[in-house]
Amino acid sequence: MKVYADNAATTQMSKTARDTFIEYMDNFYGNPSSLYTVGQLAKVELEKARETVASCINAKPQEIYFTSGGSEADNQAIRSAAAFGAKKGKKHIVSTAFEHHAVLHTLMKLEKEGFEVTYLDVHENGIVTPEDVKNALRDDTILVTIMFANNEIGTIQPVREIGELCREHGVWFHTDAVQAAGHVAIDVEADSIDMLSISAHKFHGPKGCGALYVKKGIPVANIIEGGAQERGKRSGTENLPAIASMAAAFKEACNNIETSSEKSAKLRDMLMKGLKEIPHSKLNGDVDSRLPGTVNFCFEGIEGESLLLLLDARGISASSGSACTSGSLDPSHVLLAIGLPHEVAHGSLRLSINENNTEEEMEYIIKSVSEVVDYLRNMSPVWDDLMTGKKDFYFE
Amino acid sequence: MLYSEKVMDHFQNPRNVGKIEDADGVGEVGNAKCGDIMKIYIKVENDIIVDVKFNTFGCGSAIASSSMATEMIKGKPVAEALDITNKAVVEALDGLPPQKVHCSVLAEEAIKAAIEDYYSRNGK
Repeated sequence: MKVYADNAATTQMSKTARDTFIEYMDNFYGNPSSLYTVGQLAKVELEKARETVASCINAKPQEIYFTSGGSEADNQAIRSAAAFGAKKGKKHIVSTAFEHHAVLHTLMKLEKEGFEVTYLDVHENGIVTPEDVKNALRDDTILVTIMFANNEIGTIQPVREIGELCREHGVWFHTDAVQAAGHVAIDVEADSIDMLSISAHKFHGPKGCGALYVKKGIPVANIIEGGAQERGKRSGTENLPAIASMAAAFKEACNNIETSSEKSAKLRDMLMKGLKEIPHSKLNGDVDSRLPGTVNFCFEGIEGESLLLLLDARGISASSGSACTSGSLDPSHVLLAIGLPHEVAHGSLRLSINENNTEEEMEYIIKSVSEVVDYLRNMSPVWDDLMTGKKDFYFE
Repeated sequence: MLYSEKVMDHFQNPRNVGKIEDADGVGEVGNAKCGDIMKIYIKVENDIIVDVKFNTFGCGSAIASSSMATEMIKGKPVAEALDITNKAVVEALDGLPPQKVHCSVLAEEAIKAAIEDYYSRNGK
């Protein structure tokens, strides 16, 4: 059996997204900046896509800027706030310890440029509290940037409360909604969001395409210079096939959000229940406030990469936060941020499913993970030490 | 692909997995914090390694390196086994990605630790 269970990494393009992509490559190849009809027709379609994306999050079309993806949108949002803050003498930013690297690495660069960043604790359940945000705000705070939902453990943050709080204190609020968009309802008005990043390939759209929402009135800093596309805020000829495809995928995802999230959540709960049966395992992150498709577990006594490779051999695509998969000696910063010790964080597994998966596939995953964990534990000296009492278990 | 066919073979069908309860030498290297621990058990008769087993906590290349290293010393005189280098393990596996070479170093160290334990038990 083949089961793709890494939708948080990327998704397969939907038929709608694929058909739209091809249609726009064939029929709207003109440059939207050109004056002649072929160009202007492309321009019309570009603006239609902008309206569609805006309507999915209750924004205005002029508040949407198309980018090359979520990372660029995150970079631009934070850079925009920082540029304005620097002019006003406000050089403090509030974020969390478990943001995506597109946010964290941008913040670290800003720290080298003289900004101060407060990285809030996300507690054992992987959720930052509005109180923590409130306590971190200062007179010189220009921006709060907190992800909508975490990419590794799937926990959803109290975005609306944080948004209201920021609005009350006159601080801009950016949220990296790359994992949430298309999977949970987003309303930038009701949620008091000032800036928001999305990425098309996380909701069955194409790779290399995303969008940044910036509330009207907030100055946007340009990070790519050139021909002044996107009202001068993002240069480079617009990738219309990808943009139109993203808009179509986003609209489809948002129109079906209730049925698909209900379906995914049912399968997700099956996975959580089945994997919890494995002794000395733990679900990472809050049980309830989580994305409909994301599950993350730690299994004591084993290492994540070998778990992934053996699951792959059984046709299951998943991911892990072990050091070996992160390319460094440290396991994922997300798992360390929720307080897991290094040795346990190495044994993590993320399964991210979608509405197209089946119960049969969940049963297959549970059976395979149980068997592979068992097999690896039997050859693990760490497991041996745990079983013979030389080391203590972290989880029951 | 990340790994050679040889690595995948030794990872998926590891040789000499297990423990030797009455081992003549045991070596354990690495630490769980960094994500790799290797434990090698040897049984020695007339200065020949007649049996070897391993337990490994680690990634695919750590398991493959342990498997290959145990194959390389099985049936060898102890003194010869001491000469096995991590480079020889990497070559026997048809190469490892650069960030995984440390796994072969662990394998070499685990063999040396097991042999040192054997020597110290026998007053050599």
